[in-house]
Amino acid sequence: MAAPDLSSRPPSIVPGVPAPGTPDSRHRNAVLAALSDSPAALIGTGLLALFAVVAVVGPFVAPYNPSQLMVGPSTGAPSAQHWLGTTQLGQDIFSQLLVGTRASLEMAVGAGLLTNVIAVTVGLTAGYVRGWVDDILSTLANVFLIIPALPLLILISTYAAAFGVRGTTVTAVVVALVGWPWGARAFRAQMLSLRNRDFVMAARVSGESQFRIIYSEIMPNMLSIIVANVIFATLAALVAEVGLEFIGLGDTSQVTWGTMLYWAQTNAALLNGAWFWFVPPGLAIGLFAVGLVLTNYAIDEITNPRLRTLRAMPAPAPEPIQPQAESTIGDSSTIA
Amino acid sequence: MRFLVRRLAFYMIALWIAVTLNFLVPRLLPGDPATALFGRMQGRATVAQLKAMKAAFGIEQGNLFQQYVTYITHLLRGSLGVSFSHFPTPVTTVIAQDLPWTLLLVGCAVVISFTLGTLLGIIAAWRRGGIFDTLVPPFLLFLWSFPPFWVGLLLLYVLGLNLGWFPMAHSYDLNLPLTLTWPLVLSVIDHAILPALVLVITTIGSWVLGMRNNMVATLSEDYITMAEAKGLSPRRVMLWYAARNAILPQLTSFAIALGLVVSGQVLIELVFSYPGVGFELVQAAFNEDYPLLQGLLLVIVLAVLVANFLMDMLYAWLDPRVRQEA
Repeated sequence: MAAPDLSSRPPSIVPGVPAPGTPDSRHRNAVLAALSDSPAALIGTGLLALFAVVAVVGPFVAPYNPSQLMVGPSTGAPSAQHWLGTTQLGQDIFSQLLVGTRASLEMAVGAGLLTNVIAVTVGLTAGYVRGWVDDILSTLANVFLIIPALPLLILISTYAAAFGVRGTTVTAVVVALVGWPWGARAFRAQMLSLRNRDFVMAARVSGESQFRIIYSEIMPNMLSIIVANVIFATLAALVAEVGLEFIGLGDTSQVTWGTMLYWAQTNAALLNGAWFWFVPPGLAIGLFAVGLVLTNYAIDEITNPRLRTLRAMPAPAPEPIQPQAESTIGDSSTIA
Repeated sequence: MRFLVRRLAFYMIALWIAVTLNFLVPRLLPGDPATALFGRMQGRATVAQLKAMKAAFGIEQGNLFQQYVTYITHLLRGSLGVSFSHFPTPVTTVIAQDLPWTLLLVGCAVVISFTLGTLLGIIAAWRRGGIFDTLVPPFLLFLWSFPPFWVGLLLLYVLGLNLGWFPMAHSYDLNLPLTLTWPLVLSVIDHAILPALVLVITTIGSWVLGMRNNMVATLSEDYITMAEAKGLSPRRVMLWYAARNAILPQLTSFAIALGLVVSGQVLIELVFSYPGVGFELVQAAFNEDYPLLQGLLLVIVLAVLVANFLMDMLYAWLDPRVRQEA
């Protein structure tokens, strides 16, 4: 943390030592302080808040019905009536972007949460129960880690589509079914380091059920990595879903960022010079991803006091890149 | 040795799961796959194609277990069935045509990205806190946030369409005969530059960050201080003491990346209409060419497993601790 803002606090008698009462208020405002302290955290949470607002109010403030044909010229450039121009079928792109935000976020966050629920259940069970259950679950996780995700997603989605099973929910479920092992491995490792701690022994001796020990004694201690995993599962889900939809394996009748890119590609937006058709959805995806990454960085700063003390010291230089950030770079390059 | 046997056993299990998944997924979905598929193919498929489909699925013979045995036997004979969309070309022939393009494009991109990224990572760690270290990694992280295929669309739009520096699609000028001549080689390079560039700039970030972080950890080791105290030149300390020890984890990632080369870059190949494995995968999905789809997945999985096993062997040879852990 940088120097505390002294103007609002009673002056300290000894320079460098906080006045009485300061540590308390510092603790209370740790979240706000970390946010105001780090521009990265502020930008990240700001971006996510912006997207959340658009997802909620987007469909109400959109100037046109996003699917309505010929509300403007065919492939019209941005203008006062159509801020981001129109598609080949004369649909308003700005309205599509606003309305599509909700479906895209619902799908990404939904798949992210589902991925995390599977990961937590598998990881904690494997790590706590050990034995053959652990062997089977770990092998399964490692197998799904090694199989390239996108080809597998394409195969499953193609079959699902052939049998008429299609839609954003299906896409989200398929993505979660393929994406859980990353988290599961992390949770299992965490469980292995916690399962023999004194408080777990105490719970075991006092006769608590296995379910209770795992979920209400041990799990709360992993809250920060669970939150980090939700964030990265959401990010991975977004990337996977956009990829599937871009190929045309999503529900192409829905308006989402991915299907916008699909229709732009199908109608040769690029060759027609309609940059305003394919640039906005990609930009939205990227900025949402930046928001997620920076927010995870902020959460790390708040939940990991070591990072804060390191920042306050002049040397050695702090690590600006978090371990989680690295591992997901690996993740998503395998997905993409 | 025990380590390698254990790894080999794991890869066999992984392969078996992939094969079984390939077999089960079409049968797990609601309804009878044969009826559903034949319904969709009606009017489009010839009698011969329907027969090929039945054979490919092992549908007509017996219960699920007998079908499974038939399926495995076919695979062991190296038969992946006949492609629907390229009928009557066998799936193996179709894949063999796509493979060289993907190996060329994605393989080159991975090697360039790894080499350049690792070098930049070494420099970033060596001059930690410097201008390069504060600006480049965050910028690469920012770039990495955008979907690579979308970055491809942008570059194609600006460099291909507007400036006309690069061709818009395919892997070579289709007017040229496919024989090894200079014009063809130049055309192939010309067509590969832009997609390769997209692959490099969207993947290099992870190499830079990975190497930088390993290197920072290595730099705090005692033997680095010792090397400096001995009066060795900074370059020698940087490359032969720090980087050499920091590069091991990078090599693991590199092996995994090499294994993934065969799976192609589905979306990038799609954007550039590059006729590789990834492009074929999308075409197969689009044409509902199930034997081709299954065959592609199998080849992709096999490549990843082989690459991982080769890496395990190399790793056991490079790092004695790995051998003892098992």
